[in-house]
Amino acid sequence: MTGAQHRDGRPQSRDWPLWEVFVRARRGLTHHHVGSLHAPDAAMALRNARDVYTRRGEGVSIWVVPSAAIVANSPDEKDPFFDPALDKVYRHPTFYDVPEGAKHL
Amino acid sequence: MTSPAAGTRTLPPVAAYALALGDDALILAQRLGQWVACAPQLEEDIALANIALDLLGQARTLLGYAGAVEGAGRDEDDLAYLRDDRDFRNVQLVEIPNGDFAATMARQLVFSAYQYELYTALLGSGDATIAGLAGKAVKEVAYHRDHATQWVLRLGDGTQVSHERMQAGLDRVWPYVAEVFDGDGTAAQLPGVAADPATLRPAWQAYVTPVLDQATLRLPEPRWRSRGGRSGLHTEHLGHLLAEMQHLHRSHPGASW
Repeated sequence: MTGAQHRDGRPQSRDWPLWEVFVRARRGLTHHHVGSLHAPDAAMALRNARDVYTRRGEGVSIWVVPSAAIVANSPDEKDPFFDPALDKVYRHPTFYDVPEGAKHL
Repeated sequence: MTSPAAGTRTLPPVAAYALALGDDALILAQRLGQWVACAPQLEEDIALANIALDLLGQARTLLGYAGAVEGAGRDEDDLAYLRDDRDFRNVQLVEIPNGDFAATMARQLVFSAYQYELYTALLGSGDATIAGLAGKAVKEVAYHRDHATQWVLRLGDGTQVSHERMQAGLDRVWPYVAEVFDGDGTAAQLPGVAADPATLRPAWQAYVTPVLDQATLRLPEPRWRSRGGRSGLHTEHLGHLLAEMQHLHRSHPGASW
């Protein structure tokens, strides 16, 4: 299959791009990353996400994002990115007395 | 013909109506199940399995209700697994082999658009069980219709090859379309309960035609048409499908998980 193309002239891709899927379980919660899937375009990615990730009533809202649009830090940058935070205990709110009866702190 | 004792006998009209709609859903569920592990992508595999399971759920309700109204002690399993092909009342559209993915999507577009109009009409049925089923099923088939529409648009207006295969898929299923809208007399005996299939066709046409137009596909003009599924006349393919679907239950009667 050389030179296959869409009728509007776009080159035909043999492999569908990858999409990251985010699902919101309930109103008021945030969207959480649940996994990824392949789809030819955004509309199909949304439908595939519905079929693959919300079969058991897991969500009320779905986002799909092209995986290529996600910018991630490099593993090489792990030390300068994260190590400096490890010895800053004063950033943790551990010096407060929790009032009696406050259950959801 | 099988003996009346093993066959459909003369069912009360509501039971006959539920059986026909249930057989449509059951046989198409079985056909779609044949795509599992064979679909073009994992994601599509799951989508087709989901659609098949929706249809199977509709079939269970309808066959169970048909058996209950008949009052002869037959449950959904008896009706699904112990009838022979001449006793099935589905239209031939749902029993023909899947063909390629485009042909399957052509059938899905045709049939889910029909089911959408059917269940919408049955929302107001005077039969509480049928109206209740319609309320649940109309949301399911709305998704089935959307899923098929998305694929018909993409394949029809995709590459030269996908366009040709999508058109071939439509041409393959279209001879079976007219039968879907044939009356068989059952609905006419159930005013206020059933939906006359012929009355569903204008709304069906109003949905399907623009989809084909947008997909740059031609509305097929078949030179022959199927008939007779509702009276038990089927293609050679139904027997093979039933052999696969029924053999386990018939080999091990009463087996359960």
